Amino acid sequence: MSRILQFLFGRLPIGWLQLSHNRGRFIGALTGVAFANLLIFVQLGIMNAVAGATLKPYEFFTADIMISAEDANALNEGSNVARQWMLMALSDPQVTDGIGLLVANLPWERDTGSISLTTFGIDPGMTTLLSPDIASRVDLLRLKDAVLLDRRARSIGRDEAAGIRPQTPLRFESDGRSLSIQDTFSGGGGFGGDGYLFTSDQTFLSLFPARQSGAPDHILLRVHPFANVAQVIDRLQNLIPDKTLRIRSYAEAQAQDLTYQQRQKPTGVIFGFGVLIGVMVGLVIVYQVLSSDVADHISEYATFKAMGYGPAFFMSIILEEALVLGLLGFIPGVMAGTGLLALMAKVTSLPLTMTVSMAVTVFVGTVVFSVASGMVATRRVIAADPANLF
Amino acid sequence: MKHEYPIVLKGLNHWFGTGDIRKQAIFHLDMSLPQGSFTVLMGPSGSGKTTVLTLVGALRAVEEGSVRLMGTELHAADEAVLRWARRQIGFIFQAHNLHESLTATQNVMMGAMVHSGVADAPARAAARHALDLVGLSHRLDYLPEKLSGGQKQRVAVARALVGNPSIILADEPTAALDKDSAAEVVDLLVRLGRERGTTTLMVTHDNRILERADQIMTLEDGRLVKTETSRSP
Repeated sequence: MSRILQFLFGRLPIGWLQLSHNRGRFIGALTGVAFANLLIFVQLGIMNAVAGATLKPYEFFTADIMISAEDANALNEGSNVARQWMLMALSDPQVTDGIGLLVANLPWERDTGSISLTTFGIDPGMTTLLSPDIASRVDLLRLKDAVLLDRRARSIGRDEAAGIRPQTPLRFESDGRSLSIQDTFSGGGGFGGDGYLFTSDQTFLSLFPARQSGAPDHILLRVHPFANVAQVIDRLQNLIPDKTLRIRSYAEAQAQDLTYQQRQKPTGVIFGFGVLIGVMVGLVIVYQVLSSDVADHISEYATFKAMGYGPAFFMSIILEEALVLGLLGFIPGVMAGTGLLALMAKVTSLPLTMTVSMAVTVFVGTVVFSVASGMVATRRVIAADPANLF
Repeated sequence: MKHEYPIVLKGLNHWFGTGDIRKQAIFHLDMSLPQGSFTVLMGPSGSGKTTVLTLVGALRAVEEGSVRLMGTELHAADEAVLRWARRQIGFIFQAHNLHESLTATQNVMMGAMVHSGVADAPARAAARHALDLVGLSHRLDYLPEKLSGGQKQRVAVARALVGNPSIILADEPTAALDKDSAAEVVDLLVRLGRERGTTTLMVTHDNRILERADQIMTLEDGRLVKTETSRSP
């Protein structure tokens, strides 16, 4: 480390020597920085989980255009739309397929407690709008009261999920109605439910008698492979008389849902503040470490000042210390963060993982806020009065 | 560039505080120290010795009068000039002020590397040579905490001398030393001063040093009350 810093700064690595001289305090300082990193990693992990969990159900479908009610900010929120608009949309020459998507939460009382599954009711004959994972199993939904279960739903054990096959279906009851799980697919827990369930529109309507086949939650459309989606949307907006509808590309719908979850839903806002607080705690920790280090060595800095060293020299020492703290504090921080996120993912079934972009962001952020703290701490050194040495 | 009188003070006045509590510490002080001389500044506590040292050392702004260091006026000088002036000076402090996390060699290197353009290897060689001069070649890689009080002060002397300064300013450098160590440090300063033509101004109460001085100046209440010259430098 000494040689690297000497090469980088072109002088004795005074900052490093100063920090590492008192090992106990150095370890304490690194622990502080690592803790701040951990805090940010956890908050960022949760923020990312919000994004992952929000976008996950969109992966079950392969639509190009989504039609929703004006108050439908998310897949499982808002009013319904009239199925007749789907039929009207199908009259556009570039629209090849359409499906009415029914969405509701289904409770399941299990031995381990109650879970709530976000349930999608679809036409099992319309496989072109489904992901390959779902499409390959959707024929099973033609059976009465048949469902496909998310094998990664909360409280569903791996062995239990592995035993579910069309030959050995698992039966359960919900609101007094018996359902048969024919097969499983890969989903995962989210913030609005514990997992996902697919069923036919007919079974869905029998599970939720208040719903009507003519009023799905969303309409999903596929267009010709070479069609211009934006132009098709323009045409549909002119064609469909209900001007309150949100007719958007599927990608746009996902982006808007994500923005809604992160900026308007309380959970997203709270986690956003969590990241901010993590950054502030990190800043305070690094500043405290650097500031107390400066205070402890103020007479030595004043000596250097008396010898003729200028502000740039002192700034480079503090920046060197900030870099050392930022770099060495990051390593245990990222290791602890990875472990903690994995543990949290296991417990919550949320998509909590350490990503490369998270690690890079926090690393760059750590170095930046370490340097920023160092810049503030440098002011005390520059203000040191060498006349007080005598 | 050599100067016959590297340190020249003329009509120097200095005050501390402002308003009603403003108090004059130095009164119309004139002083010229010849090149290569060893001058001792004496006087009771509060007489203004340290203030003079800090004004000559460019560590305090000159308020009134003139302080010329190597021919350069420090009155109203900007920060760059003050920094240049400090680099012409080797400071030796009473408390040695060594950097606790740097070895003896590294501490002395800092005295060499303050001059821009001095690379690591030459600075290290100069530091080792300076430590050899002060008899510490066997303590090159020791941290200050592993050195005795006398050894620390000798490292401080080596740090002051390594840049081959024109002027040495020393504040009670032998106060914390035993008799033998004090004699060693003073001998060293006098010998190196003679060899290199360094002008030394030392504040001390130590009578053992007086016989080695070329000039003894006594301050009382901020006024120069006596100047004794023992021999020509």
